[in-house]
Amino acid sequence: MRRLPGWLSLLLRTRLAWVGLLIVLVMVFLAFSADVLTPFDPNEQRYAFVLQPPSPDFPLGTDDIGRDVYSRIVYGTRVSLEVGLLAVGISTATGTLIGLSAGYYGGWLEDVLMRTMDALRAFPGLVLALSINAVLGPGIGNVMIAIGVVSTPTFARLAHGQTLSVREREYVKAARVAGAGPWRMMLRHILPNIAAPIIVQASLAAAFAILAEAGLSFLGLGVRPPTPSWGSMLRTGQQYLNVAPWLSLFPGIAIFLAVLGFNLLGDGLREALDPRLQPRRGRMP
Amino acid sequence: MGRYLLRRLASMVPVVIIVSFLVFALINVLPGDPALMMLGENNNDPGAYQRLRTELGLDRPLAFQYVDWATHALTGDFGTSLRDRMPIRQAIGARVLPTLELAVLGLALSLLISIPVGIISALKPGSWIDSLATVLALSGVAIPHFFLGILLIELFAVNWHVLPPSGYIAPWTDLGENLRLMLLPALALSTGLTAVQMRHVRSSLLDVLHQEYVLTARAKGLHEQTVVLGHALRNALIPLATIVGLETGSLISGTVILETIFSVPGMGRLLVDSITFRDYPTVQAMVLLLALTVLVANLLADLTYGLLDPRVAYGARAGA
Repeated sequence: MRRLPGWLSLLLRTRLAWVGLLIVLVMVFLAFSADVLTPFDPNEQRYAFVLQPPSPDFPLGTDDIGRDVYSRIVYGTRVSLEVGLLAVGISTATGTLIGLSAGYYGGWLEDVLMRTMDALRAFPGLVLALSINAVLGPGIGNVMIAIGVVSTPTFARLAHGQTLSVREREYVKAARVAGAGPWRMMLRHILPNIAAPIIVQASLAAAFAILAEAGLSFLGLGVRPPTPSWGSMLRTGQQYLNVAPWLSLFPGIAIFLAVLGFNLLGDGLREALDPRLQPRRGRMP
Repeated sequence: MGRYLLRRLASMVPVVIIVSFLVFALINVLPGDPALMMLGENNNDPGAYQRLRTELGLDRPLAFQYVDWATHALTGDFGTSLRDRMPIRQAIGARVLPTLELAVLGLALSLLISIPVGIISALKPGSWIDSLATVLALSGVAIPHFFLGILLIELFAVNWHVLPPSGYIAPWTDLGENLRLMLLPALALSTGLTAVQMRHVRSSLLDVLHQEYVLTARAKGLHEQTVVLGHALRNALIPLATIVGLETGSLISGTVILETIFSVPGMGRLLVDSITFRDYPTVQAMVLLLALTVLVANLLADLTYGLLDPRVAYGARAGA
C-alpha cells in the first residue's frame, strides 16, 4: 500500500478520470439513498397520471401505468450497480483463478483451460449472455451469472499472460525455493504483482455489465418486471415514442452516463496503475 | 504463408470442437429440461412431454446426443425448427442477407467516418477538432446501440419525417427504399465501431509520423499531403484489419438488438424470436454459427494483416 498516494495522485491528475469517479460516486450515493431521494414508490401505479410529461410533480414524467419515471431511474441505479458489481465479481474471481492456475501449472491444464477460454471468447458477448439467460430463465441473479460468464475469458487471458511474465522473476523463484506451496505461491506472491491490470479491467467490465444488463432487459430477457431496470424502462419507452419521448430519453441517458463513468474511471486507473499501457506517442525508433 | 495457414487452421480445430461442446452443453447439460421448457409451464399432458423427449432424442445418453448433433451440424443439418417445422438451415438461410447487409453497411459507414477524422486528429493533436473527436469517441463507446437506435427513430422518423422508422425491403425489390430503411440501423451500428477505429487511426498515425522513413520522405522535399497520404497512412491503417476482425463479435451483438428495434428480418431477430418461443434447436444452431463466424473473421483479420505488412514473416525462421 506504500504506492497508494502515488497512483491516487496520478489518477486524479487526469481530468476525465475525475469525471468518471464522480459519476460512479453519484451512482453509489443514489443507490444507497434511493428511499430518501424519491418522492414515490417506484412501482406504485397511478392510473389518473398515465403518460404525464415532466412537471414539478413528476420531474421526469410518468410511464404507461402512471409510475414516476424519476423514482424508477433512481431505484434503477441499484439494479445496475448490483448487476455490475456482482457480475464483475464472478468474472474477476473465476477468470483470475483460471488464468493464474493455467499460467502457474502449465502443461495440459493450461491447454485445456486456455483453449476453453478461447472458445468462450468466440461467442459474441450479447449472444452468449442472451442464450445463457434463456436457459437459466429471467431474473436478476441469472443475469449476473450470464454476464459474469461472458467476461470471464477476458480476465483469464489477462491473468494468464501476467502470470507467465511474473512466474520466472527472482522473488517468485525465491519464494518457491523457500518452500511455498502452489496456493501460497499463486495468491501471496503472484497475485499481488498482477493485480493492477486486473483492477483496471474490472472497471471496464463493470461498464460492459451495465450495458449488457440493460440490453438483456431491453429485449425482455433480463431483469423481471416490475423491478425498475433502465433497460426495461427503455423497452416500454420504445412503444410510446410518438407520444412520450421522455420515457426512452431519461433511462437512455442514465445508461449512457453509467457506462461512460466506469469507462473513464477504468481509463484513468489504467494510466495511474499501469503506465506501460499508456499510448506511446512520438516514439522514436 | 501456406504453412502458416495450415498451422493456424490446425490450432483452430480444438477451439471449434470446444465451441461445439459449449453450444451443446448450453441446452442439454445446464439445469433445466429442454422438453419441459419448450412445453411451457401450463402443460399437463405427460404424453406430450414423452413424445417431445423422444423427438428431440433426449431419452438417449448425452454422448450419443452430442455426436449425433455434431455430425449432422457438420453437414449443415440442424434439424427442424420447433416453431414452424421448417428445416433450420432453410430458416437461417433466409435471414442471412439482411444481417450481412446491415453489418457491411455499418462497417463501411464506420470506416468512412473514422479514417478521415482519425487522420485530422493525428495531424492536429490538441486542436478543437481533435478534442471534439475525443469526446465523440468516448460517447460513441458508452452509448448503447438500442438507445441510439431509438434516438435516431425519434429524430429522423417521428420528428422530421425524413426516413421510415422501421421495416425491411429486399434490395432487388426496391434498392432506394432498402437503403432508406437500412440507413438508421446501419448508422446506429457503426457508432461504437467508429469510436474505436478513430482512436486507433489517430494513435497509429501519430506513431508512424515519427518514424525515420517519414522523416526521409519529408527531407526529400515531398509535399506534406504526399508524405501523409502516400507514405504514412498506408502503414498506419494496417492495424485496422486486426481491429475490424476483433470487433466482429460486437458487430454481431449490435445487429441482434438493432434488428429487433428496426424490424429487420435478419439472424439477430431470428435468435431473439427463437429464444422467446423456446425454439432451442434453432437457438443452438444460431449460436454455433455466430461463434464460427467470429472465429473465421479473426482468422481473416490475421491473414489480411500479414498480406498488408510484409514484415510479418509467418513462422519463418530468422534469415530463411
